[in-house]
Amino acid sequence: MKRNRRDSGLAALMLVPSGVILLLFVVYPLIKAVWLGQQRCGVTKCTNNGFDQYLDAFRSNEFQDALIVTAKYALITVPIGLVLGVALAVLADKYMRGVGIFRTIFSSTVATSVAVASVMWFFLLNPNVGVLSEWIGGIAKTPGLLQDPRSALWAVSASSIWANLGFTFIVVTAGLQGVPKDLYESAYVDGAGGFSRFTNVTLPMISPTLLFATVVLTTRAFQSFGEVDLLTEGGPLGKTTTLTYLAYGSGLPTSNDDGLRATVSVLLFAVLLALALVQFRGLEKRVHYGN
Amino acid sequence: MAIDQVYGARKVGRYLLLTFMAFVVIFPIYMMVVGALKPGNKVLVNPLLPTDFTTGTLTEAWRTGHLGRALWNSAYVSVLITLAQVVTSILAAYAFAFLRFPGKTFVFVAFLATLLVPLEATLTVNRRTMQSLSWINSYKALTIPFLATAFGIFMIRQVFLTIPKEMHEAASMDGLGRLGFLWQVAVPLSRPTIGALTLFSFLTSWNQYLWPTLVTTNQKFNTVQTGLKTLKLAAIDKPNLVIAGTVIVALPIFVVLIAFQRQLIRGLTAGAVKG
Repeated sequence: MKRNRRDSGLAALMLVPSGVILLLFVVYPLIKAVWLGQQRCGVTKCTNNGFDQYLDAFRSNEFQDALIVTAKYALITVPIGLVLGVALAVLADKYMRGVGIFRTIFSSTVATSVAVASVMWFFLLNPNVGVLSEWIGGIAKTPGLLQDPRSALWAVSASSIWANLGFTFIVVTAGLQGVPKDLYESAYVDGAGGFSRFTNVTLPMISPTLLFATVVLTTRAFQSFGEVDLLTEGGPLGKTTTLTYLAYGSGLPTSNDDGLRATVSVLLFAVLLALALVQFRGLEKRVHYGN
Repeated sequence: MAIDQVYGARKVGRYLLLTFMAFVVIFPIYMMVVGALKPGNKVLVNPLLPTDFTTGTLTEAWRTGHLGRALWNSAYVSVLITLAQVVTSILAAYAFAFLRFPGKTFVFVAFLATLLVPLEATLTVNRRTMQSLSWINSYKALTIPFLATAFGIFMIRQVFLTIPKEMHEAASMDGLGRLGFLWQVAVPLSRPTIGALTLFSFLTSWNQYLWPTLVTTNQKFNTVQTGLKTLKLAAIDKPNLVIAGTVIVALPIFVVLIAFQRQLIRGLTAGAVKG
């Protein structure tokens, strides 16, 4: 009993540092944001519009457009990034001489931050000095892939797929190493060819890894800000204004209104929660956790 | 064809494919390095080949972008955040793994629930908090909101749980005390996980972009990430300067990652492997 009380005191002491930080900078701002999201704010004061502001903002063209842009962006970057990551990981999984060099190269993009990757691609795709625009020609020269409304989102996606490739590669490679070798051998003995071994052994065995990578990549897509800020600033014609950019970018109706920014960020939180739920519900059933 | 010839052909094919993909992946990085080592007037001549060599562009980018200052800021902020996150995570993880206290499950779930809240949902209010504290343009604004992380607490609690309870009890009877047990037994036993968390925290704070743009307006407080934006806007007509800037900014992290590959893989895959 005495010991238990001593335990409680010590526990409180040890939990206070993290507890205070999480309370002040995660819990409080979230609750406050839900309240602030009901206001429109000028420079000095805010006026309350009630909960309707969420509904109005959700129905507004700006929000709907940003939601569609973000969804498109996720639908481009997640599947392509995942397929490329898995392909590279499977290619480099064989025990061969020199495979370590390839692994290092494929992992390397994990070292580039969003800012570094975006500035790199900004110049690769620059219509005047970019090598890629030179090779591609056409709209890549005038007005430029990042400047043409039809291609801008794809161009931003290319940068992001490249930047995330290292992450996907590392995670899938780790997953592949967990697949027992004897499973491949028995499949081989049963006469399964390479492709059949991949779909019947590899994919089910790495499905927890794939679920994890899908969730992380989707969340990153929905939170993308830096690449948009540095590559296109949300343009052209709002074609790359993602939800996070709508909340925090400059030159938008939200930019000087903390109330509206809060509205959009709370809605973004709701969208992300719903998405996580759907992903886990829908994909969990297909995931193979057995031994 | 004999069987070894079939295998040989397959192997060559695999190598060719691997090499091709390696070129594709590394191409943007290669272009940056080549561009950064050329003098400004030669950037557009043979952009693919390292025909000229100078370190002048790098030094000019260093000066124009105030990258020394930005690197220092990034290092300072990231080291501070990392140290704090590791310490606060170890302390809280110890309470959750070894101590008995009322409401433990509830408190633990409450801590974990903060992982569901995306950074983006809290930044507007946090920025207002910084404004009311007059912390805009300060190291305080860049570090204090990130001194603790539920992810780290959870990660370390998981590994602490694998340490037998009996060791904890034996240690307190031996007079080692509970803090002695924590620092002399539990922490050394969990070194790989703590290493992974260290690297993960460091990378995450080093790569922060959105928060620094919200709470700093003075270039003195530029991190490398916001410094790149400043450099890009300042030298829009001198692409090779900006390219050289990205090389300077990217280099330290490449070195860190090559040195700590194992920890990185452990940190990145922490969520992917079944518990």
